[in-house]
Amino acid sequence: MNRIGKWLDQRLHYVFTIPTILFVLGMVLFPIIYTFVLSFHSWRLSANIPWEFVGLQNYVKLFSESRFPVAVFRTFLFAFLALFVEVILGISIALYLNRTFFGKNLVKTAFLLPMVATPVAIGMVWKLIYEPNIGILNAVIRGMGGPKMDWLGNTGIALYSLIAVDIWQWTPFVMLIILAGLTSIPTDPFESAMIDGANRWQTLTRITLPLLRPTIFTAVLLRLIDALKTFDIIYSMTQGGPGFATETMNILSFRQAFEFMQFGQSGATLVLFFLVVMSIAAITIKLKSKTEVDF
Amino acid sequence: MLDNMAGSKRQKMIRITLFYLFVVVVLAVVLFPFFWMILASFKKNADILNVDKLFSFVPTFKNYVSVFVDYDFFKPLTNSFIISFVSTMLALLLGLPAAYAIGRSRMHLFSGIILMIRIVPAISFLVPWYLLFTKLKLTGTYTWLIIYHLIVSLPTIIWIMIPYFESIPRDLEEAAKIDGASNMGTFCRIMMPLSTPGTLTAGILAFIFSWNNFTFALILCSSRTTTLPIAIYQFISYSNVYWGGIMAASVIITMPIIIISFFLQRHIITGLTAGAVKG
Repeated sequence: MNRIGKWLDQRLHYVFTIPTILFVLGMVLFPIIYTFVLSFHSWRLSANIPWEFVGLQNYVKLFSESRFPVAVFRTFLFAFLALFVEVILGISIALYLNRTFFGKNLVKTAFLLPMVATPVAIGMVWKLIYEPNIGILNAVIRGMGGPKMDWLGNTGIALYSLIAVDIWQWTPFVMLIILAGLTSIPTDPFESAMIDGANRWQTLTRITLPLLRPTIFTAVLLRLIDALKTFDIIYSMTQGGPGFATETMNILSFRQAFEFMQFGQSGATLVLFFLVVMSIAAITIKLKSKTEVDF
Repeated sequence: MLDNMAGSKRQKMIRITLFYLFVVVVLAVVLFPFFWMILASFKKNADILNVDKLFSFVPTFKNYVSVFVDYDFFKPLTNSFIISFVSTMLALLLGLPAAYAIGRSRMHLFSGIILMIRIVPAISFLVPWYLLFTKLKLTGTYTWLIIYHLIVSLPTIIWIMIPYFESIPRDLEEAAKIDGASNMGTFCRIMMPLSTPGTLTAGILAFIFSWNNFTFALILCSSRTTTLPIAIYQFISYSNVYWGGIMAASVIITMPIIIISFFLQRHIITGLTAGAVKG
């Protein structure tokens, strides 16, 4: 082997990472810094008008109108309500299905489908199911003598209809993670508990759930980050409407940029959105490491 | 005594029946939208609009024909395939060595940055590049869309492969080194073959995420490089919603993924839950 080859081989971990580092710097870090700088400027996508430095004006404007704070609230409502239901349902179903039974693999495959299927296609089917005049949901409700509901057109219900889709789509994810976690916890504590005469409920709350805690936290962390950032389902089904009824921070920043061409405003929304997701992720990780010390 | 045994046996039967009933109900809820999608894709539009014909209708292939003939779906289908496939291959080429180096040399800062990409909202990547692309008139070229999809596929691959490489014992590499193999040779001839299952998992997931990607293409593709998710989304912007066509298109886009899931279920589950079970 020649000398250059040898020199490179000894520093292979740099050779292996440099292309990826360059990619990350160029495609990821540059846009983040650009967005940050943009958030202090006013600019409307025009080659003739240069950027104008406006200081914190974009941020002040966000808080002076109700549209932004409400979008923040909606983002939290969407993410936490969906997450809460998904975790409770996911854990319960996983605990119940945690045994060998006929067709278990098929069931697992079925659970995969909602989360790997193309979100836009999922959005379209649910739009058809929710359709007030021809949708099956209203047909069923009508059959039971209920009222006609405009699931996506009513400003009071639309967000909850979207949360329901998220729950349908992601409960299986929590469930699969918990099922995988259940197979990896040791059996000895269960045996000693049985010898000590613990009943089922005690075994569940004192042994199974505490042992599963790290797994549950990871599921919560991954799901929470993605739920806060939900875009495809919301945008393909309602575009943030009717009015602003389903406008989360993500959708708001998108509309500000690409519908109203207010790139500075959008930048400010994105910076704040990023901070929100970051801090929630950090809190979750902190809580997670705290629970791990207990064991 | 005998009575008691028969009683507990009956109880057991009831419990098993209830269990399978539960499984069936859960399956029905999970699968219903897919069933509905497929059903509607074989209905005439008039039948979809007629609530009395929710289940009784004469199946038709017209929607599928129309999707390809009237809406030219071959183009987005090939676009989607090319973009997802090439970006996945590129991501594997870049990501596998990077994940190996990060996992072995414990470059924690780096794995932190990869996690950051997951956290940062995708739209903050979009704005600057959109502005730059429109200035340079680059919007809608294949090359840029492929590079853009790397933002999705590269972190996915690195994220899955770091723990995978970490789980392979070091002894094998050390043995190879004692035998005089170079680092590069060890990676290519020992680590790569050993990590084939992980690579497959990472590759499939990267492909699926890229295939499904809506946000990037929504802004960055042109009419020439439209991908499938955008083509489906554009259906609803026509004044009369052509539900049959939308459902046929939705079946076309989800079918490859459903088929992949059936054959490679175990891989996809390990990929999606990567890092979660380890705690």
